Formats: sequence, structure tokens, C-alpha cells
Amino acid sequence: MAEEVVLFGVRGSPFTCRIEIALKLKGVQYKYINEDLDNKSPLLLKYNPVHKKVPVLVHNGKPVLESLVILEYIDETWQGYPILPEDPYERATARFWAKFIDDKCFPAIFKSCWGEEKEREKAVEEVSVVLKILEDELKEKKFFGGENVGLVDIVAVVIGFSLGVYEEAARVELLNKEKLPRLCNWIDEFLSNSFIKESLPPRDKLIASLRNRFRSGNASK
Amino acid sequence: MAKNDVKVLGAWPSPYVMRPRIALNIKSVNYDFLEETFGSKSELLLQSNPVHKKVPVLIHGDKPICESMIIVEYIDEVWTSGPSILPSDPYDRAIQRFWAAYVDEKFFAAMKGLRSAQGEERKAFLDQVTEGLALLEEAFGKCSKGKAFFGGDRIGLLDIAFGSFLGWLKVTEKVNGVKLLDEAKTPGLVKWAERFCADAAVKSVMPETEKLLEVSKVLAAKMKGAPPPKN
Repeated sequence: MAEEVVLFGVRGSPFTCRIEIALKLKGVQYKYINEDLDNKSPLLLKYNPVHKKVPVLVHNGKPVLESLVILEYIDETWQGYPILPEDPYERATARFWAKFIDDKCFPAIFKSCWGEEKEREKAVEEVSVVLKILEDELKEKKFFGGENVGLVDIVAVVIGFSLGVYEEAARVELLNKEKLPRLCNWIDEFLSNSFIKESLPPRDKLIASLRNRFRSGNASK
Repeated sequence: MAKNDVKVLGAWPSPYVMRPRIALNIKSVNYDFLEETFGSKSELLLQSNPVHKKVPVLIHGDKPICESMIIVEYIDEVWTSGPSILPSDPYDRAIQRFWAAYVDEKFFAAMKGLRSAQGEERKAFLDQVTEGLALLEEAFGKCSKGKAFFGGDRIGLLDIAFGSFLGWLKVTEKVNGVKLLDEAKTPGLVKWAERFCADAAVKSVMPETEKLLEVSKVLAAKMKGAPPPKN
């Protein structure tokens, strides 16, 4: 029975990256199609007419949209590596932190590096607050998911990878190693994981492209 | 009288607070509803939701669960003997979750904007809300497959996510003098809304529009006197 899995994404986007990590953890074979956000393909617009965004996972011709929704879909569709825990309370906790990262962490991280001048200082403070909250949540765990990478770790690629890249590309310091030792340890563990390493885009290329996109006057996200 | 093992911290006008209450009703779970006083946050709330300090919070035994749709999914996963709130097929679940996220991220922002906007801005928000309702009308057709609710024969996740806004939608219609749910443009949703509000799991927790209107006036007056609340 031939199964077709296609991922529409943007190389360098942490939202696309998290899907690749999940598919690789599950051992799913997939085809990757890179989108140009300034010139979206007709296929992407067909599959995601509401938001016209990536990532989009198309499984046997049926599109699944929104990265958090896609991650749950992947966990429910393919057995093997568990992305979410089994216990309902632990699942609710994982979902809570995944949402926290998307709603509070990523926007602040992005704004502090690429936002308008007047917004940046406030955003840097906000980043410090939210990262400390995550530091406290991590406690003594190796990963947010415990011994192994789980939903929150996958979603936290914005911190494990994007944060460092944005810091370098924008020349902004966001990660205070003294105040956030556990988070820094977590970042090391995160980047050492083989499935994650395979899913990350080349760092230098991404830094160059970010500088080009956001520093040369193009304001589009 | 034994205290309930399940508590919901909330406020009766909040659509977000309605959601776990509907879910618990669907599962026939008894719970204590602990009302927060408007304008202040209880110790229990601050302890149970230190990150956001917001309602609703579900307290099950001694475990707090936060974020309305996360609570609804938790309720569905814990109380498995009652009717299911999410469908069993992963693709159908993804569709329900997608539209629930759309309601929260895009549709609610547009509705809120419409209520407080002035002049030119109003038209822009009205267009957004109208467009959103057209999309949801289409989604209703696809999800319900001719049945009563987005979830099929019974109320499901997306019914709860969207239906919880119906009270405030009616307020918006009255305050702005517009008809948002319209027999001509959104016939499916009009009938769905009636069925949703009449459902046994919803009736007891859906606030009366008149009472919501009062709250709306209080909130509007507060906003004129103070900077708008940070969300």
C-alpha cells in the first residue's frame, strides 16, 4: 500500500523544522517541498486557502494545517516513538507549554531581533521573563519530555536553535548563561540529538538569509 | 455534603470558561463552579495558574489544568465513559483542532475589534468577521456532513470552541446594529446556533444576551476611563 507524505515548508522556519523532527522521530518517509514566501506555489494556496502559510502536511492527498495540529496528527497516525505522553494530565501539561512557547516565547524572540526599533527593548525584557519561566519548568529534567525528546522539546526548536541563530544574525544577546543554566544544558542536549541535527537547516546560510531579509529594509515576516 | 473532586475556576460571562463547563456537562461530571470576582484574582487562581493568572482553570483532585481548549481535551481523555468530544479518526480530529484554533486566533480577534472599533476601522473588522463566518459556514457543511453539529450527531470540540462565542456574537450584533448570523448568508450556522444553545449541555451555562449586554456596557465604560487591558 503506497503512502504519500508531502511536507510544504520553508527552510529555516522553526515551524517547518518541528514537523521534520517529528516525522524523522517516527521514521516516516516524506517528500519535502520548499516554498518561496514571496511567490507561493499554487499547490500551497490550494491546500491552505485560509492562511496560505507553511508548514502544510499532505497525507495521501489530504492537507493538515497548523504546526501544533500537525504534530498531534503525526503522533496519532504513526506508531513508534511517542511524541506526547500517555497520561492525560501529562498530555495537558505538554500542550500547555507548547502553547506557551508559541504564544509568548516565539513572538518576543522574533520581535527582539527583527521587530521595529521602538518595540525591541521591551521585547528583550519579555524574552528574559519567558525564558526564566521555561528554566523553572525544566527543573532537573534532561528534556521537557523527561528522559527523551517530546512535544515541548520539538516545539522549542525556536529556543534550541532559532534563538541562537537570531542572536547572531541580529547581533542581540538574549540568552543569559548565568541566569539560565538549565536551559543552556537543555540546548546542548537538544542540539546533540541525531534526529534533531538532521532536521536543522545549515546555520550560516540561515544567518545570511535572515540578515538579508530583515536588515535590508524588507519588513515582511 | 461531599466536596466535588472537580472544580472550575471562572467567570460566568467568559466564553472560555463556558467551554470546560460544557465538556463536563457532556460527560455528566459534577463539579464546583468557583466564581472569580470581577476585577480581582483569587489566591487559588494565582496559585493554580501562576503563568497566565487567567480563567478558566480546571482543578481535578489537586491538579490544575489551564487553557480552555487544553482543558476540553483533558476532559475528553479522562472521562472516557461519556460521549466523545473529539472524533476518533486522526484526520477528522485535525480538522476540528484547526478550526478551533482559527476561531481563537482570527475570528475572536476580529469580533473583539468590531465591538470596540470606531469609524473606518469598524468596516474593516466587520469585513473580517463576515469573511470568517463565511469560512465557518463552509466548514460546517463539510464537518457536519448533513448532521446537526460540527461534531456530527452530538456536540464536539469545534461546536464547543465556536459555540461558546454565540452569546458575545449576539451582543456584538446588538451593539453594532448588524446581523452577523444571517439566514441568507449563513443558513447552516443559524440553525446550528439554535440547536447548540438549546442543547442540554449548553443551556445551563450559556449566559442570557441581556446580561452580557450589561457586562459589555460596564467593560466599555471601564475602557474609556482606563487603558485597554493587556491580553
